[in-house]
Amino acid sequence: MDPSGSADSGEAALFDVPGELRTVDLIRRGLAVSPEIKQGLIPTVMLGVAVVASRLSVPVVVERAIDGGIAGDRSVDFDYIFGIAAAAAVAVVFGWVAGIWAERRLVERSATAIANLRIRTFDRIHAFSMSDLNESRRGALVSRVTSDAEQLTRFAQWGLFAFSIEPMVLVGVLVAMSLYSWQLTVLVILIYLPVWPVFRSLQRQQLKVYDEMRGRVGDMLSSFSETLGGAAAIRAYGAERRFDAQVRHDIDERYRVRLKANRYFAGMFVMGDLFSAVAYVVILLVGLWQRHTWGLDGGDLVAIMFLVSLLQQPISELSEVLDQAQIAAASWGKILGVLERPIDVSEPVDGCLLEPGPISIEVQDLDFTYRGGDQALRGVTVSIPAGTNVAVVGQTGSGKTTFAKLLCRLADPTAGSIKVNGAELREVDAESRISAIRMVPQDGFLFDSTIADNVLMGSDEPSEASTNGHRHRRDAQVREAFEVLGLSWWLDRHPPTESVGQRGENLSVGERQLVALARAQLADPGLLILDEATSAVDPEIDEALTNALQRLSTGRTMLSVAHRLSTAEAADLVLVFDQGQLVEAGSHSDLVAGGGVYSELHRAWIGNTRTAR
Amino acid sequence: MSLTGAMVYALASVLTTEVLGGVTDSVILPTFEDGPRSGRVIMWAALALAGVVVFRSAGVVVRRYYAGVTSEQTQVSFHRRLLDKYLELPLSWHQRRQTGQLLAHVDNDVEKVAEPLHPLPLSLGAVGMAVFSAASLLLVDVILAAVAFVIFPTLFGLNRLYSNMVEEPSAAVQAGVGATSAVAHESFDGALIVKTLGRAGHEHTRFAAAAYALRRDQIKVGYIRAVFESTLDAIPSIGVIVVVLVGAYRLDAGAITRGDLVQVAVLFTILAFPMRVFGYFLEGIPPAVVARRRLDSVLTEQSPSPAPLIVGNLFNGDKPLKVVVDDLSFGYGDQPAVLRDVNFHLDAGEVVALVGSTGSGKSTLAMLLAGLVPPSTGSISVGDRELSDWTPTTRTEAVALVFQEAFLFGASVGSNIDMDGSAGHDDVVRAASVAQIDDFITGLPMGYDTIVGERGVTLSGGQRQRVALARALVRNPRFLILDDATSAVDPKVEQLILDGLRAELSTTTLIVAQRVATIGLADRVLYLSGGRIQAQGSHTDLLDVPGYRDLVTAYETATT
Repeated sequence: MDPSGSADSGEAALFDVPGELRTVDLIRRGLAVSPEIKQGLIPTVMLGVAVVASRLSVPVVVERAIDGGIAGDRSVDFDYIFGIAAAAAVAVVFGWVAGIWAERRLVERSATAIANLRIRTFDRIHAFSMSDLNESRRGALVSRVTSDAEQLTRFAQWGLFAFSIEPMVLVGVLVAMSLYSWQLTVLVILIYLPVWPVFRSLQRQQLKVYDEMRGRVGDMLSSFSETLGGAAAIRAYGAERRFDAQVRHDIDERYRVRLKANRYFAGMFVMGDLFSAVAYVVILLVGLWQRHTWGLDGGDLVAIMFLVSLLQQPISELSEVLDQAQIAAASWGKILGVLERPIDVSEPVDGCLLEPGPISIEVQDLDFTYRGGDQALRGVTVSIPAGTNVAVVGQTGSGKTTFAKLLCRLADPTAGSIKVNGAELREVDAESRISAIRMVPQDGFLFDSTIADNVLMGSDEPSEASTNGHRHRRDAQVREAFEVLGLSWWLDRHPPTESVGQRGENLSVGERQLVALARAQLADPGLLILDEATSAVDPEIDEALTNALQRLSTGRTMLSVAHRLSTAEAADLVLVFDQGQLVEAGSHSDLVAGGGVYSELHRAWIGNTRTAR
Repeated sequence: MSLTGAMVYALASVLTTEVLGGVTDSVILPTFEDGPRSGRVIMWAALALAGVVVFRSAGVVVRRYYAGVTSEQTQVSFHRRLLDKYLELPLSWHQRRQTGQLLAHVDNDVEKVAEPLHPLPLSLGAVGMAVFSAASLLLVDVILAAVAFVIFPTLFGLNRLYSNMVEEPSAAVQAGVGATSAVAHESFDGALIVKTLGRAGHEHTRFAAAAYALRRDQIKVGYIRAVFESTLDAIPSIGVIVVVLVGAYRLDAGAITRGDLVQVAVLFTILAFPMRVFGYFLEGIPPAVVARRRLDSVLTEQSPSPAPLIVGNLFNGDKPLKVVVDDLSFGYGDQPAVLRDVNFHLDAGEVVALVGSTGSGKSTLAMLLAGLVPPSTGSISVGDRELSDWTPTTRTEAVALVFQEAFLFGASVGSNIDMDGSAGHDDVVRAASVAQIDDFITGLPMGYDTIVGERGVTLSGGQRQRVALARALVRNPRFLILDDATSAVDPKVEQLILDGLRAELSTTTLIVAQRVATIGLADRVLYLSGGRIQAQGSHTDLLDVPGYRDLVTAYETATT
């Protein structure tokens, strides 16, 4: 990662939309990723038109009733009034039904589109390589599929309907106005015309502020998430005050930007109002001045003045809704930033398949450099025949874990090639690769579920036990996996149905590693990579596991990254890494006799593990 | 302030109609009927019109700005309260909660609570307008006013109905947001496992299930709201129609004039917009109530009562502390006890190794001794005082626990070592040197100021452990607990660390150990098995205990 990036801007740099945010662009790109928005749009719009028609018809009908049905005080044409009232009632009911219908459609479409957008974003995030993911804050990624999607939902609920209706109301009012005087209508339009560019420029600044706001929300959630994740360490070190200060800073930053955004929120709405002041005055003056030329009578002018006040509501609501649209757009931009970010480890389309059975590995001139510029591996060349039991040793930071990660394609080499069974690793079909090559990482992360669920995750077994017989079969599978590893005693203490807790925290670190090993064992891969997979288990179990894995390694290639050299003692081939280079390769006894890096490591190991009686 | 703004707005809105009417009567109609008015009258009319609209706009700006500020202030206050609560509540509380759910409180619930605050001032303004209009209606005609008194209260009835109907699905939506967040959080947290196991498909299914459940409840709420909103839109229109009908009869009866009728009809039309906003406000209430309830479930959680503050210098100083554990038992929740009747003591300054097989309860014991979780029964006394009597601050100043899994924060290496910012740079460097990580850190591009990724992902496991070790050493603890704190460090480096510790250690130390060399650091060994201390004594003595011998000499017997 970029070491100069401060903690709170680290995320923003990564998953961000390049270039300036533009609404039109956003909509175009948004439609590209959520095509379902377009489906059924036309009927919804038609219903919207019906709603508008009904809404506008009521004042017209009332005006007719008063004008036509009431000639003067005490002379009422009741038949006419009843007729008009009935017509108005029909229009209201019609609008009521159309409104319900239109909004139901809108709710359903938008909820579906947002759900799918969430899922697509979620999938996309999982498709990024580990190094990409490690560079972004998890809390920020979570907020892409939660908080940002919530913002879209909020817009869909509160703003979208008005957003589609109000412009039609606007047009409707203008049409009504033109019936009285087209000249004055043109004048009104001319007066309101500058609203648009003013809106646009305000809007652009607003979008920037809102984008910043979304970023700050992500930062705040990330800080919260870290404070929650590190709850134990914070309490053990009495660092509450420091974290309080840090998270509070992010809370306050969000608050500051939100207040900034609030200024736009308060100001935008009133734009339409201010223009209407101009419109009233101009219409009044020009109307009076040109009354003869344009053939106006008093009623016309009054009606137009009244209609100007009717313009008020759609313009106010639109500016309100535009504001919400900006917030939604900022969120949408963040989500699109994820969806449009290229995936650095992309899977081949028609990848080749790996045969079952042990896998051979050919590594040629392998280089790997992290994005920050640290070269982790340099010119590694090694050939591992199928079925070999390999131990990879070296100091921390020597590149041994990176080597293991490249073998299961958690990242692609910067230069050089890795071939498995003669095929380029990056040409191998993803599914075939995952079932044939398994890595057990040091961090025995478990999902918040039962032991059985976690173990069976490695196999094709569906994770829900639907029937009794099914449950028995699952239990039997889990038991067998533990048994071949010589761990059935552990399962006697912890039944497969026991819950492991968040991140597996109900179990000890060593126990989590046991579950992770059972999980890998069940998958029976052709290449099993253990990255310090037994670092936290006790020596007795470690020995037993080493022996069991040894026994099981016939029929598979095994590569163990280990600092416990007992593993290396039992291996066919030991690879020794030092500062990113493969410095020694050979059998344990040859390397001990050779007097190089390995023999030194081994001396230290003996010193640390032998009883000084 | 926002209320003042709302009142200004309400007043100005009504004034606008008055001015419009006045202008109509005194300028427009006379002009057409009797010829042009004087320029001055026209100027005044124009100014009055413009003035009242600008006045109204000012009201709008003030109202909206302060409504926003109120809403933001509410949110920020909830955020701070949540933060305080999250930091205050004990570890055991956190262990029972999903991080994703706790984050959803911060994010979605807080926003939902603040949501009705935006339309609140305008809604109150609308109520004001309604009261004002009702009064003026009464002046016009009692019967017509009765129409309003029938129509507008139905709004409230409608709202009660809506609230009742929407409460359950609305709570389901909030819960659904929490659940979606929890799945996403766990899934991204375990991204490495998802990748290595090819679980992306399963995770997709899991997340999609949560997202679709949320969608289903959102649609349910949306359907109810569609009816409510549409009805809300229809009510003023119905009112107008009824007014026309009733008005026609009253007119016929000679109770009102034509102008009165027009005024009433216009009043109903004007009221439509604030009523709409009032509707928004009402709609926002049920989710806000649900969100408030969810937040309260956290905020009313009882924090551990602060330990009695012990006066005196008992806890000051830097001398090693004595530790006595009496009849200690512990079990997680309703699960069988992990530790049973544990008894032992550590003399001040003694270095003791804790040895036991995987899952024997070593880490649990370490957490108990550090005071992170309270024992189920029995007692732990440190420095002749019950651990529960210590204040958190004095405890964490004196006792340091190095976890097996080092949790680093996305901050600089230096501040990861000096967690509370109280140590000097020299102390940090010295601690890092003992932990054998100084060389590595100084080799980083920005040295001690280099930022490590979230959870320290940019460092290897061994490097993380050594930073965590330095974190404990820099505090010069009087009781140090190392929970297998060098398990990921390679043997050569481990030896250097152990040499350093041997030279440095002058505190009471409990080392959870796996390897003979680590055990060799200790004056005495405690052997933990089956949740009990089965044996204690020197390493050589314990070699006669079969279980212990098998455990610690496994590596030797393997190769000899």
